[in-house]
Amino acid sequence: MVETFVNLLVQGVLIGGLYALFALGLSLSLGVMRFVNLAHGDLIVVASFAILAICSALGWSPFLVGLLLTPLAFGVGWALQRLLLQPTVGKGILPVLLVTFGLSIIIQNGLLQTFGANTRKLSGGVVEVLAFRVGFIDIGVYPLLVFIVAAVCIGGLEAFLYRTSTGARIRAVADDPGAADLIGLSSKQIYAVAMGVVAVTMMISATAMSVWSNFDPAIGPSRMLLAFEAVVLGGLGSLWGTLLGGIILGVAQNLGSQVDASWQILAQHLVFLIALVLRPQGLLSRG
Amino acid sequence: MSSAKTFTYGLRAALALVAVACMFGPWLFDASDLSVLTEFFTLLTLAMTWNLLAGYADIITVGQHGFVGLGAYAFFGFTALAHFNPYLAIPLAALFATLVAIPTMLVVFRLRTAYLAVGTWVAAEVMSLIGGKLPGFGGGSGTSLPIAIVKQFGSSSVARTDMFYFLSGGLALLTLVAIWALLRSRIGLGLTAMRDNEEAAGSAGVNLTAIRVICFLFVAPILGLAGVLATLEKLRVAPSASFSLADWTINVIFIVVIGGIGSMEGPILGAVVYFVLRQYLADFGAWYLILLGAIAIAVIMVEPKGLWGLLKRVRAPDLIPVSHRPAED
Repeated sequence: MVETFVNLLVQGVLIGGLYALFALGLSLSLGVMRFVNLAHGDLIVVASFAILAICSALGWSPFLVGLLLTPLAFGVGWALQRLLLQPTVGKGILPVLLVTFGLSIIIQNGLLQTFGANTRKLSGGVVEVLAFRVGFIDIGVYPLLVFIVAAVCIGGLEAFLYRTSTGARIRAVADDPGAADLIGLSSKQIYAVAMGVVAVTMMISATAMSVWSNFDPAIGPSRMLLAFEAVVLGGLGSLWGTLLGGIILGVAQNLGSQVDASWQILAQHLVFLIALVLRPQGLLSRG
Repeated sequence: MSSAKTFTYGLRAALALVAVACMFGPWLFDASDLSVLTEFFTLLTLAMTWNLLAGYADIITVGQHGFVGLGAYAFFGFTALAHFNPYLAIPLAALFATLVAIPTMLVVFRLRTAYLAVGTWVAAEVMSLIGGKLPGFGGGSGTSLPIAIVKQFGSSSVARTDMFYFLSGGLALLTLVAIWALLRSRIGLGLTAMRDNEEAAGSAGVNLTAIRVICFLFVAPILGLAGVLATLEKLRVAPSASFSLADWTINVIFIVVIGGIGSMEGPILGAVVYFVLRQYLADFGAWYLILLGAIAIAVIMVEPKGLWGLLKRVRAPDLIPVSHRPAED
């Protein structure tokens, strides 16, 4: 009994790493550009299908393909900001929300048209089935690797934002785009760079997801909700908080799934709503 | 009288004529047209409520479908399970949706702006998931409305089609008049000020929180009633249909955005455009939704106030006047 429970907790913590990867980009776009990208989940799903298309054409490993696509992802994110999102900046919250909402519908239906409604999964090879045992706790090598990747990404992103000059520019624009423009930082350029970085995190999470779990053209919104809940739960502006948020959601899902499949999602949402009432500023909020 | 004025009065007369013609719908249209119109009125109602929240009160919700589903499930519960008279169950369903709106507000209003949008979505997901777990409602696959209850809305299928048509047309008219009256009131003055500039409205003494709460409570029973109508149109409840994100929220947002957000006329124009597009393009399935998404994005880029905003550039006067004209000397 205790063993099952501890195992559930550990698996929940590990899947929290995947959820934190989903949420990293959303956290950044919320913190810097101050908008909720409703197409966040759908963009991750697009990346997964891109990996799928190349893998099935060339027979390469999804990890290699994901890595090779990362520069392209940066470019796509950059272009998305410049062409579609930048025109809505400064016009209030509604236009950008509606543009990303329209984008979400276009992506879902475009994928449906191109790839069909079937559920897909990619094979990651032998790493997927490897596991080891610590006492009575079973740990899969792949979930552990994803968790480590998530932690490395968070550490890397923190270092990028707080140790590099580009990071300092991004933070300056995040604090006050008008003032940043006045001292010669082009907020337009910096937003585009930030969105490029967001897209890179999307590509990493898409690679991790496509091997970990099934995906289909319709799952984008549920990934976006997960990412959003992890960000708000952890506290805005705190990337390690996002990891904590992801872990809490993962554990809640795993415990809920012991009842049945719909309790898995219900438990996730309820934990989020309860935390929102008790601590609206998030768990590790900065100020 | 200037030509612009003549034009406005002409348009208003045409609008009134269409409204009057709708009252004689069953004598003018055949059964399939009537059911399309029934659906039109339901979506128009939802478009008007979403427009009030997102266009005026700055509550951008992506969770309207939650309250529509609540109304549907409450109606089913009161009639099929608690055996109330169906005509009594209709207002009870509206009341139920309003009661649930209170705790929902307490939770989601902790979030603001874009966060609130996603928060309402989560709330609607929770309602839908709970709906699928309730005993007596058929679980995840739903269940049909008992024949005996359906018969109380008309003994023949023709009589029922007429009845549902009048119920949904009546709800749309009621909603239109109620929102118009709200916008003409003191609260409406505050709402219009919020639409144009929220910070300025707040500093001029508009109580933003109170107005948001009033609007949310104003909209909740209407959404519940729309849920009752949806149940009557489909003659069944199911989590996927009663709490349909696509039907009650996504389509509705497209309607308002394309027609023109933040005006009385926008949702009406948008609903007409939406139904015309659907009539000709729905067979294209996914392509049709891609097109709708692209149109919505294009509209926001070109004219954020939608088609009605474009028309207003040419012809200034409001078709449905909600503004107060400053006194002339």
